[in-house]
Amino acid sequence: MFEGYTLAELGSIFAMQGFAGLILFSVFVLMALGLAIIFGQMGVINMAHGEFLILGAYITYFTSNFFLNYIPALFSAYFFVAMALAFVGAGALGMLVEWAMIRHLYRRPLDTLLATWGLSLILQQFYRSVFGAREVGVELPEWLIGSLPVTDVIEVPINGLFVMALTLMITIAVGVLMYRSRWGKQVRAVMQNRVMAGAVGIDTERVDRYTFGIGCGIAGVAGSAFTMVGSTGPTSGQLYIVDTFLVVVFGGAQSLLGTIASAFVISQAQSTMEFFLSGSMAKVLTLLTVVGILMLRPQGLFVLKVRR
Amino acid sequence: MSSDHTPASPELNGPRSALRRRLLLGMAALPAATLLPGPLSRPAYAQAPATSAVNTTGLAVTDSTVRVGILHSVTGTMAISETGSVQAEKLAIAQINEMGGVLGRKIEFIQEDGASDWPNFAEKAKKLLVNDKAAAVFGCWTSASRKAVLPVFEQYNGMLYYPTFYEGLEQSKNVIYTGQEATQQILAGIDWVVKEKQAKSFYLLGSDYIWPRTSNKIARKHIEKNSLKVVGEEYFPLGHTQFNSVINKIKLTKPDVIYAIIVGGSNVAFYKQLKAAGIDLSKQTLVTISVTEDEILGIGGENIAGAYACMKYFQSLDNPNNKAFVQAFKKMWGESIVIGDVTQAAYLGPWLWKLTVEKAGSFDVDKVAAASPGIEFPQAPEGYVRVHENHHLWSKTRVGKAKADGQYEVIYETADLMEPDPFPKGYQ
Repeated sequence: MFEGYTLAELGSIFAMQGFAGLILFSVFVLMALGLAIIFGQMGVINMAHGEFLILGAYITYFTSNFFLNYIPALFSAYFFVAMALAFVGAGALGMLVEWAMIRHLYRRPLDTLLATWGLSLILQQFYRSVFGAREVGVELPEWLIGSLPVTDVIEVPINGLFVMALTLMITIAVGVLMYRSRWGKQVRAVMQNRVMAGAVGIDTERVDRYTFGIGCGIAGVAGSAFTMVGSTGPTSGQLYIVDTFLVVVFGGAQSLLGTIASAFVISQAQSTMEFFLSGSMAKVLTLLTVVGILMLRPQGLFVLKVRR
Repeated sequence: MSSDHTPASPELNGPRSALRRRLLLGMAALPAATLLPGPLSRPAYAQAPATSAVNTTGLAVTDSTVRVGILHSVTGTMAISETGSVQAEKLAIAQINEMGGVLGRKIEFIQEDGASDWPNFAEKAKKLLVNDKAAAVFGCWTSASRKAVLPVFEQYNGMLYYPTFYEGLEQSKNVIYTGQEATQQILAGIDWVVKEKQAKSFYLLGSDYIWPRTSNKIARKHIEKNSLKVVGEEYFPLGHTQFNSVINKIKLTKPDVIYAIIVGGSNVAFYKQLKAAGIDLSKQTLVTISVTEDEILGIGGENIAGAYACMKYFQSLDNPNNKAFVQAFKKMWGESIVIGDVTQAAYLGPWLWKLTVEKAGSFDVDKVAAASPGIEFPQAPEGYVRVHENHHLWSKTRVGKAKADGQYEVIYETADLMEPDPFPKGYQ
């Protein structure tokens, strides 16, 4: 499979594929973090995750149009405003959904699966009615387009770097929030023993609501970032949901570190295989490997030790 | 909820010649109408032949109406593509009604939703033929949905007008294919790029299902027959959004032409990543047969400007038929709308059916099928079309260059209509 390439070429292939893998890794982490918080910490299987993501994408689309039409001078900065709005918008919808639907279904994970699946269908139809069935294109500010040449073969896309930086920031923020803040302690306490956490004075309902909201908000930011590389249409969210669950389950549902590790393993494996095999074949092999490992280790790569 | 009996809105103007013909028709009918008393004096329908003469097989035809079906996905993943087809078919039906209908009968339509689900398409097709007795059905987009409804149309003897460009290798008495089959779309485009760009090497890529794979097979045969080289061929799952690896391969193999048959939302990811990776489409030739003006809406014109598309119709085609069509389409569905190749092919369906019914002098499916070869539609937005013996259309193949405003500039068209050849020798 390596024949036909010189050693120098192979070197740049691995460098390029490694970098392509890093971009894929960032995308996976962005998609999976929100889901991992909701699934891992609350035990809710959120099938509507993709739709929260697309909500962020639509918010970005409207923000870019707003800037283009009313304040074109500030267009190059709209992306940051859009991401903030996407976080708030998707997070608010998430809290509303938690209040109206999810909180009645705790401790019934299979029912949350059905309920959020229904929610995803409702949201898709809502997007179709409000925004139209056709896909929309989001225009990028000038500074996000183009690439930095490293050698004459290797070029680094700027928006790839941007996604990576964004992922790093969000991951650190979530890490600090979950493991260093008072609120993070409360979330983990509620998750491990809801009754006891309530007994020591934690407002478990409020914790649930904010946790769900933050998970959905991160999905919104991810959707905002994906407008740079992906499509925005009523059903686009469906494209991401399988990969996202794959990453979360493979990593071990309750561990954020596991999510990140599994995103890294899957993305690098897929990226390298994609070059030497075909795109479809790489996907099949990745899936087979994940299934194989999960059969040996059903709890995923990383396990949190909890007394049951 | 899924049945929709709304008759098409009548306030639309047809092409100018059509309007004039209607006026003449109305004037001719006037003397007779004034002489006849009572309910028979309906000017527009005065010459309509008796129902018993034009419908001997129990179709849904009355003295004043004929019922047809529209069968597309308006929900699910294909809704994005098929919306344009539904709009085009409704426009054509409205225009035909405005002109007095078919054999003096107004067209009523029942719309069913295939919901992007192939078995569901077969169910709904059966419903339209058996329960609704539709005289013709306009619909389907993916090859999968067409393959699903084909046995239904053959068993219950219905008539389907299918609008999408597709892989060929099919022919049926019960189907009229109003889009191009693979050889019509591919051969002329490759010949053009070889001649104009002195292309010697090609990189083929596409989504992983029957149409891109068959099309690339035909493309590869044609390329290799001309002693040129294919340096890579690759397929991606539907909905794939990460193309960095194949873009790296393209950079390494430096093909003269990237030949891309990626469908749907994946296109957005592909062209955005192509641009981000520093591939400049004004220097690197890219030919696609799957990106119409509809897809560009999602991709963004600035991301695909400079690419070439090879198909039979572009919204920017400069001829009087197309001007009238685009104007009427925008009047009915909104100024901001765009019209792609398949939308135009869908518009042809009701018109070809009307012309065929009038030639056959009957709504009966067997007679319509038999009368189809040789039907000409000079008012087609694409210019002129004719139905071949094999139920596909003779059509010109054109090459358009994508512009940043989301439209194509037509830069080449074949001198003559290309003969449809769904079973090409040596290409299977």
